[in-house]
Amino acid sequence: MRVKVLFFARLRELAGRSEWTCEVADGARVRDVWSAASAAHPSLAPFQGAVSCAINAEFATSGAAVRDGDEVAFLPPVSGGSR
Amino acid sequence: MVSPRLALLHEPLAVEPLVALVEADARHRGEGCGAVATFVGVVRATHQGRRVERLEYEAYEPLALRTFDQIAREVAEHWPAAVLAIHHRVGALAIGEASVVIAAATGHRAEAFQVCRFAIERVKQIAPVWKHEFFDNGDAWVEGAVADPDDAGARQIALERACA
Repeated sequence: MRVKVLFFARLRELAGRSEWTCEVADGARVRDVWSAASAAHPSLAPFQGAVSCAINAEFATSGAAVRDGDEVAFLPPVSGGSR
Repeated sequence: MVSPRLALLHEPLAVEPLVALVEADARHRGEGCGAVATFVGVVRATHQGRRVERLEYEAYEPLALRTFDQIAREVAEHWPAAVLAIHHRVGALAIGEASVVIAAATGHRAEAFQVCRFAIERVKQIAPVWKHEFFDNGDAWVEGAVADPDDAGARQIALERACA
């Protein structure tokens, strides 16, 4: 099945693109999409475990199942600021 | 359907229309509206000693709107009569421009300040909005925590800061 991947902010810069389409196996989870994305864009690898994920513009866990046609977004840490 | 009180805008933000909006909506709730507190985040000229020339905000807009809606629902749980508005700017901003405006209308002033503080803390914790600062000799993404909207500990920290 095919999913659309979105990269934001620093991830977008590191990947060199804001969107990417990839093929993943039926039953794939968000973490499998991340594996495919970081395999195709090795500069993303340092963000392993330090991203938030969303499916179709809703926050999702790395174990959430994806479906054909889903939009999967990877989000670097947000701007934060503790004061 | 997300309320017009919650928005990401590509143009300069305005405070007074938001104040009017939340006051009108709070007027007939609870004891009525007796206070509106506002918070305006602006682009600062320095970051960790470096001179900032300009700044860009990037957002995952549909998710950011849902995040604002979650924050409004959290406010409703703690302050049932409060009305909250959050407008966040995206795109290129100059020094001194408003990046975010929050308005909170409540019956009395103490709660208005609390709601305002809680909302900005939660925006900073969980909204998928990224700040990209440009200096005269480089640039940097400002990155804090990994956003987790269900992290009860983070929510508790925001509540404690609001009610300190």
